[in-house]
Amino acid sequence: MKAYLSRRYRLSASHRLHNEAYSSAENRAVYGKCNNPHGHGHNYVVEITVSGPVDPLTGMVCNLAELDGFVRRVIGERFDHKNLNQDSAFEQKVPTTENLCIEIYKIVKIGFAHVMLECVRVEETSNNFFEYSEMAPRLLER
Amino acid sequence: MVLLTRKVEFSAAHYYYLDAWTPEENLRVFGKCANRNGHGHNYTLEVTVEGKVDPVSGFVVDLKALRDTMEREVVQVYDHRHLNLEVPEFRSMLPTTENIAIAIWRRLEAKIDGAKLHRVRVYEMPDLFADYYGEA
Repeated sequence: MKAYLSRRYRLSASHRLHNEAYSSAENRAVYGKCNNPHGHGHNYVVEITVSGPVDPLTGMVCNLAELDGFVRRVIGERFDHKNLNQDSAFEQKVPTTENLCIEIYKIVKIGFAHVMLECVRVEETSNNFFEYSEMAPRLLER
Repeated sequence: MVLLTRKVEFSAAHYYYLDAWTPEENLRVFGKCANRNGHGHNYTLEVTVEGKVDPVSGFVVDLKALRDTMEREVVQVYDHRHLNLEVPEFRSMLPTTENIAIAIWRRLEAKIDGAKLHRVRVYEMPDLFADYYGEA
């Protein structure tokens, strides 16, 4: 029996959307108030969906305490209450929530590899969110 | 095809404990959920059905009928009950969020008139939920 388990985590971080490839005027035009030189922040919600057969004994797709511990240790300590622009992942990339979502997906996929990662969703505010999956057709079907 | 989703809530107690394991193993794997006195949650059940929109009624299914089915088949059996002790399917499997979603699928699958069951989503709390799509 294949089931999907989703867990939501919170992290607060600052960022500034700015690309050196653009002129100052272009940065302002593209990123608007998100280009403020001093940065700004969000309370992000990170939703991680994993899938797999439900273990007949434990009734679980994966041990939740292990997933929680991994996310707290690896995602939380790295991004929570940090400036995303200073993270190594965003040296060459703008820390948009699209890019943050992809980065978190890669971290979980590699670091928590014993469970199938279906999707990572990052909510930047309650009005916008981003989803990334390397199983895109499945995502659409769902 | 249109997907239609209906929510209901129920509140129930459960615990995670396997008699085949030692108390230490249960505690290691299930943590505080292994407390044999049980604990409880306010669950939210989301049932999504898939079907064609009836050209006359404009409905995929009669929402009231769907709600009544969910009430009869799930809420009346699970609400304000101890899932391990009082719900038959959880005598042989632990009432984890995943297994509750599968059990609800089995309860509802053949009872949706005029549409196909697409997804059962069970929230144990707002930050934890399981989905089941009927996959083997």
